[in-house]
Amino acid sequence: MDTTLLFIQTLNGIQLGLLLFLVASGLTLVFGILDFVNLAHGSLYMIGAFVAASLTFVTGNFLIAMILALPVTAAVGYVIERTIIRSLYERDHLDQVLGTFGLILVIDTLAHLIWGPEGIAVPLPDWLNGQVELFTGVVVPTYRLLIIATGLAVAAGLFWLVNYTRLGMLIRAGASNRTMVSALGIDIQMLFALVFALGAVLAGLAGMLVAPITEAAIGMGGDIIITAFVVIIIGGIGSMKGAFIAALIVGLIDTLGRSFLDDLFKLVMSTEAAESSAPAVSAMLVYILMALVLAFKPSGLFPPKVR
Amino acid sequence: MGTLRKKGTLTIVVMAALAILPPILLWSGQAFYLDLATRLVILAIAAVSLNLILGYGGMASFGHAAFIGIGAYAVGIPVYHNTYGEFEIIASYSGLFQIALAVGISALFALITGMICLRTKGVYFIMITMAFAQMVFYLFVSLDIYGGDDGLVIDIRSELPLVNLDSPLQLYLLAYGSLVVAMLIVRTITRSQFGMVLQGAKGNNERVVTLGYNTYAYRLTAYVISGAMAGYAGALLGNFTTFISPEMMGWTRSGELMFMVILGGAATTIGPVLGSLVFIVIEEVFSSFTIYWHLPFGIMLIIIVLYVRGGLVGLITGGKKKRGK
Repeated sequence: MDTTLLFIQTLNGIQLGLLLFLVASGLTLVFGILDFVNLAHGSLYMIGAFVAASLTFVTGNFLIAMILALPVTAAVGYVIERTIIRSLYERDHLDQVLGTFGLILVIDTLAHLIWGPEGIAVPLPDWLNGQVELFTGVVVPTYRLLIIATGLAVAAGLFWLVNYTRLGMLIRAGASNRTMVSALGIDIQMLFALVFALGAVLAGLAGMLVAPITEAAIGMGGDIIITAFVVIIIGGIGSMKGAFIAALIVGLIDTLGRSFLDDLFKLVMSTEAAESSAPAVSAMLVYILMALVLAFKPSGLFPPKVR
Repeated sequence: MGTLRKKGTLTIVVMAALAILPPILLWSGQAFYLDLATRLVILAIAAVSLNLILGYGGMASFGHAAFIGIGAYAVGIPVYHNTYGEFEIIASYSGLFQIALAVGISALFALITGMICLRTKGVYFIMITMAFAQMVFYLFVSLDIYGGDDGLVIDIRSELPLVNLDSPLQLYLLAYGSLVVAMLIVRTITRSQFGMVLQGAKGNNERVVTLGYNTYAYRLTAYVISGAMAGYAGALLGNFTTFISPEMMGWTRSGELMFMVILGGAATTIGPVLGSLVFIVIEEVFSSFTIYWHLPFGIMLIIIVLYVRGGLVGLITGGKKKRGK
C-alpha cells in the first residue's frame, strides 16, 4: 500500500466525516430536543448549496457568498419550522416522517423551478483553487484543507455552545426534560425555532462547503441524509459526541473502503474476484458497520442518558 | 357496526371494479388504461404487504421498496445469465424458478435485516430499515455487470405454465389474482391468533410479553412474510416494465409505498389498494399537466398528514381513528 495515497485518502475521509458531522449534528440536535425526525434535513443542505451558488455569481466571491448564505438558510429553516414543522411536534414519528417526506418533494421541486434541472458548478477564488504541498510529495488541494478547518472549527464552536453557554444549557435541559424547561418560564416555542434554525444553518453550511467540489444539484440532499441517519444511529440518536465520533468513523471507513478494499481482498482471493467484489462490498461497508454496532448496542455507541 | 359493513361493501366494490373495468377498457381500445391498472395492482400488492407490518404490526418500515427491487432483479438476473452466459446455476427463463428466487431472497433479506431492525423501536426502526434499503440500492448501483445505475433490460419475460406474460391482459389478470390472494393472506393472518398477538404488541408490547408471548419472534415472522410478498410484487413489476434499475428501490419509492398505506387507511383490508389507486391517479393526472408534479403531490402529502386521520377508508366509511403520540 502506498503511504502517500493512504495519507491523502485519510484526509479525504476526515473531510467527508466532518461534512457528515455538520449534517448529522443538526439532525441529532433537532431529534434530541424537539423529539422530531426531520427527513427534510437534507433539503436544507441542498438549499445551502444553491443559495451559496447564486450568491457567488451575484457577489463574485465564494467566501462572501457563504457568509451571506448562512443567515438565509437560517431564515429558511425558521420559516419552515413556524409554518409546517411545529404542527408535527405532537404527532407520532411516522406522521413526522411522512410530513417531512412531503416537504422534501415540495422543496426539491421548488429548487427545480428556481434553479433549473441542471446542477450549478460553483467557482472558487484563485487562492483557494490551488494545491498545497504538506510534505515532500504529498500535495493536497487547498480547498479541502479549508473544509477540514471549517468543520473542526464548527465542531469546537458547537461543543462550546452546547456545554458552556446559556443557550446550550437550555438546549441540554430541553433535551432531558422539556416540560420542566417550559415550566421554568422559558419560551420553549422560541427555543425550538432557534434549535431548528441552528440545525438548518449547520446543514446549509455543509451544502455550501460541498458545492464547489460536486456542484449544487437537485437530490444532493437525499444522498447525504441517509448516511447522516446511519451516523446518528451509530453514534446514538440525540448525542452530539456520538455524532462527531460516528461521522468520522463513517467518513473514514467509506473513503478508505472505496480505495483500498480491493487491495485487501487481493490478499485472500484472486485479483479478478477481488476487483469484481470489492466495489459491491465497499458500497455496503458503512451499513454493515451500522448493523454490527446495532447488534451489540441497539441504541448506538453513545445513547443519551435521559430520554 | 355500520362502519364494518361499509368497509366490507367498499372492499367488494373496489375489487369488483378492478376486476371488470380494465378488461373492458382494453376491449374498447384503451390499452393505456390497462397498463395503468397493472401498475396499480402490482403496487397494491406491495402496499398490502407493507400494511401487514406497518398497519397491523406498527412497524414503520421505510425500506420496503428494497424488496420490490430484489424481486425484480431476481427476474432480471437469471434472464440475463441465461441469455449472455456465466453463473449457470441461476440462469433460467422459468418464471416459477424466478418467483421462487424473488420470494426466497426477499424472505432471507427480511430475516437477516429484520433480526437487527426489530431489536430497535420507533424512530430507530424507521431509519434502519431505510438504511438497509439504501444499502441494497448502492449494492446494485455498484454492480456494473447488471448495468449499475443505468439498469437492466429484461429481454424475455418469465415463462410460466398456463399464463403468457407477454399478453398484457394475462399479466393483468395474474397481478389481480395475486392481489386478491395477498389480501386474503393478510386478512387471514390478522384474524388469526398470530395476528392478534401482532396487533396486541403494537398497542402495548409489555402487556403481550407479560402474557408469555415472544413478540420479537411474532414481529420477525410478520416482517419476513411481508418482505416475501413485496419481493413477489417486485417479480411481477420486473415482468411488467421489462426494465429494472436501482431507482425502483430508492427511498422515495419506499416513501410512496408508505404514503399509499397511510393515505388509503392503515390496518384496513382495502386501504392500501385505495391508496395505490389514488397514488397512480395523482401521478398520472399531475404529471400530465406538469413535470413539476411532485409539488402538488408533496403539498397533498403534507395536508393529508396534518388533517386526514384514518385515511380514505376512514373518510368514506366515517369510522374515526385517532393517531398521535
